[in-house]
Amino acid sequence: MQAKSHGATSKARLHLKFIPHAALLPMSLTVVFGYLATVLWTLKISLSSSRTLPVDNFVGLAQYERLFDNERWLLSLNNLALYGVLFIIACVVIGFLLAVFIDQNVTGEGVLRTIFLYPYAMSFVATGLVWQWMLTPGIGIQQGIRQLGFKDFQFDWIIDQDMVIYTVVIATVWQASGLVMAMLLAGLRGIDEDIWKAARMDGIPAWRVYLSIIIPMLAPNFATVFLLLATAVVKLFDAVEAMTQGGPGTASEVPAKFIMDHLFGRANLALASAGAIMMLLPVLALLVPYAYARARKGKA
Amino acid sequence: MLKTRRKWTPARLGIYAFLLTAAAFFLLPLYIMLVTSFKSMDEIRLGNIFALPMHITMEPWRQAWSTACTGVACEGISGGFWNSVAITLPSTVLAIFLGALNGYALTFWRPRGAQILLGILLAGAFIPVQVMMFPLVRVLATLNIFSTLPGIVVVHVIFGMPIMTLLFRNYYLGIPQELFHAARIDGGGFFRIFVQLMLPMSLPMIVVAAIMQVTGVWNDYILGLVFAGREHLPMTAQLNNVINTTTGTRMYNVNMAATILTALLPLAIYFISGRWFVRGIAAGAVKG
Amino acid sequence: MKSKGECLAYVSLKNLGIELGGQKIIDQLDLDVEEGEFLVLLGPSGCGKSTLLHSIAGLIDIAAGSIEIAGTDVSHAEPSDRQIGMVFQSYALYPTMTVEKNMSFGLRINGVPKAEIQKRIARVAEMLQLQNLLQRKPAQLSGGQRQRVAIGRALVREARVFLFDEPLSNLDAKLRTELRRELKLLHQNLGSTMLYVTHDQVEAMTLASRIVVMRAGKIQQLGTPTEVYERPANLFVAGFLGAPAMNFIPGKLDTVQNFSSEYLKLALPAYVCATESAHADDVVLGIRPEHLQIQEHGTYSGQLALVEPMGNHQLLWLNMGKQQLCLLDHDNRNFVLGDAVHFDIDTARASLFDAVSGLRL
Repeated sequence: MQAKSHGATSKARLHLKFIPHAALLPMSLTVVFGYLATVLWTLKISLSSSRTLPVDNFVGLAQYERLFDNERWLLSLNNLALYGVLFIIACVVIGFLLAVFIDQNVTGEGVLRTIFLYPYAMSFVATGLVWQWMLTPGIGIQQGIRQLGFKDFQFDWIIDQDMVIYTVVIATVWQASGLVMAMLLAGLRGIDEDIWKAARMDGIPAWRVYLSIIIPMLAPNFATVFLLLATAVVKLFDAVEAMTQGGPGTASEVPAKFIMDHLFGRANLALASAGAIMMLLPVLALLVPYAYARARKGKA
Repeated sequence: MLKTRRKWTPARLGIYAFLLTAAAFFLLPLYIMLVTSFKSMDEIRLGNIFALPMHITMEPWRQAWSTACTGVACEGISGGFWNSVAITLPSTVLAIFLGALNGYALTFWRPRGAQILLGILLAGAFIPVQVMMFPLVRVLATLNIFSTLPGIVVVHVIFGMPIMTLLFRNYYLGIPQELFHAARIDGGGFFRIFVQLMLPMSLPMIVVAAIMQVTGVWNDYILGLVFAGREHLPMTAQLNNVINTTTGTRMYNVNMAATILTALLPLAIYFISGRWFVRGIAAGAVKG
Repeated sequence: MKSKGECLAYVSLKNLGIELGGQKIIDQLDLDVEEGEFLVLLGPSGCGKSTLLHSIAGLIDIAAGSIEIAGTDVSHAEPSDRQIGMVFQSYALYPTMTVEKNMSFGLRINGVPKAEIQKRIARVAEMLQLQNLLQRKPAQLSGGQRQRVAIGRALVREARVFLFDEPLSNLDAKLRTELRRELKLLHQNLGSTMLYVTHDQVEAMTLASRIVVMRAGKIQQLGTPTEVYERPANLFVAGFLGAPAMNFIPGKLDTVQNFSSEYLKLALPAYVCATESAHADDVVLGIRPEHLQIQEHGTYSGQLALVEPMGNHQLLWLNMGKQQLCLLDHDNRNFVLGDAVHFDIDTARASLFDAVSGLRL
């Protein structure tokens, strides 16, 4: 390379400082317009009285009041809360147990891992549809078990208003536990082998080691898992749409579906936007402490 | 754990019992999907969902591919397949390129304000898409790309950018800075170093990113439903139409065949590239 | 069996055999450890020293033979029942627990009454000067403090034997020497039996009361540091201990113990052969660099090829024809490369080895 003259070098250096910023232009545009501006715009709409088209007025928190007077919305929140608790607990427990048991030097570990994780490669829609078929009362699993001899077997949850939400739990837990397993298994594998040896020297039984030593050590992994699962709960849409369409009736309604219906079908932009902002709040409530904890750990 | 001889204690039997039961639970839907798709409707009406087909028939598959009704037309789900291909390819290439570019610029050049930008981008990945949906619809409509192929591609690139950028940034963090400095000393500029040094070195991560993006875009439902338009509706949306918006009797075998066809690509990628898939999870999700 | 007619062996390994992955790592090994001694298992990686230590600890099952600790057969006992403590390379302190919990956890699990636990912790904390650190977590401790907590964890269990698995290998040089000294002081204060594994011969020399040199699963020599250093039992031990390494000169030995090689002739009348060797023909003469003394009118001379200054001494590499020799010069004399350097050999310190078997003559 030829040496550049002094004048050209400083120009080149200026050029060089500018280029990285230019290269990050798509990212900047995406962040500003794709994420920030859209969120703020939705916020603005939620404070207006827009119906089919956005209207440029300000009605304060009226839409939010209307939202929380809306029975369907409240029902969807209820469903989501119940769903969320069951989903997260089931995924974490099953995922953790799978990870622990697979970590015991079992033969066929690779095959087992493949089996537990493949559901995650399927779309939510496919998952919902398969489980919908399986749980169809007349000719699904209920009938299949009856044909095996259990004449009174009952498994018609999917058409039962009180039980339908549990079917969604089962289907999505089936899909997501493998992911939790993969993440916790990675964590388990990262634990110093000598800790196990030391515990054995101390005469500590294996289950106690997991409970009192390993699980506390995996706290950051559990935190990440929780964050991912919790945000997935808030976003729940595809699986419900495919599996139950929110039914029977509105028994398996969830906030995301409520918002989509009001955004497009029922043409109530402001109400839907208010709902969307309400969906945003729990996510922020999770992200801020999580980010804060990570930042503090980085400094420590 | 140090293991010498494996003793068949009750604990060990319990472990295998649990794992095998779990495996059965996880495999059951796949089995039922497959088995159902090869049965005739008469057989299905007999009601034994667990049984292997008495007479294997490919008819459901043919119907799913070419004649099933996706709402308006009855031309099978094959149209959706090609739509999904048309959406996934550019989305993946573009998202990976931008992700790598971003990761590269963030790690080695560190322009001012970039960290904050990254932080907001990553936070954005967690935000439910409904929060951004209507404004995006309006923006795309204004640009005349709403309900078009370029429109859905742009949307997928926007929503794929956080994870792609994160993957590559973490990957580049593992590359020694000395390599970069040596290239600078050799006279390389921003793009030359990127194209001639970093991209070729990124092959493993490109594979992982491709797997994740292809899977994510192919399996997407909601974005395709809203932004792709009827002519470019992805396979997942058409699948849902086939199954949930039919009048008359439900053809469960056709439904299952259609479901398998839709899930085939990501499943194939998964089964073929298993370890890379797991690397993707470890690289992106754990470091999140 | 009693060793040397002194105290009964505290740890006794008889005919020990260990198999891992179908391969015999250790075969027919006998070893007696005396009470209160600091025994170092020394050898290159893969020689089986760590495996041996783990089997004494009970972390690896033995395929044959027996292990006795303080008179009790513990060959198949659980590690926690052997009254031993082990300190690992990473110390393996439970990271989410305080020092106090680290030390008391095992006791609590096994039902030791709280009062007793408190008593033991107080006693050990005083012994190891951990009183002010009891409420700290491992991440807040220095390397030396962590080492003491790891030892303390074993002490509260009233361990009789302490096993160390290369605890200093991961540390930088300065910390290593510091902790090495602490460990030696600790042994002097506690007087417990300690078994220590390392590949570093300097560590072995400074810490051990006796050294076991191992290679490929077999004991090459068992002796005090002095014995192992000055009278190595075979070529391997001779070459492994001592830095810089011993000089080896292949040659022949005649019936009146005159050593001759192509470039060097030496009379060794005072050398006492350990065995009557059938062929004393092909031998290897071993002489350490510090036992070659530079004399202006020395008997032998070589051409100076390389000088390595080491601060308080320097290493001179001489060529005698094709034979290369290393000399230790404490006086840091000035030399020019290519000079002829004259030296004498301290024959009293020489070692002779059978060229075929490697054994000491």
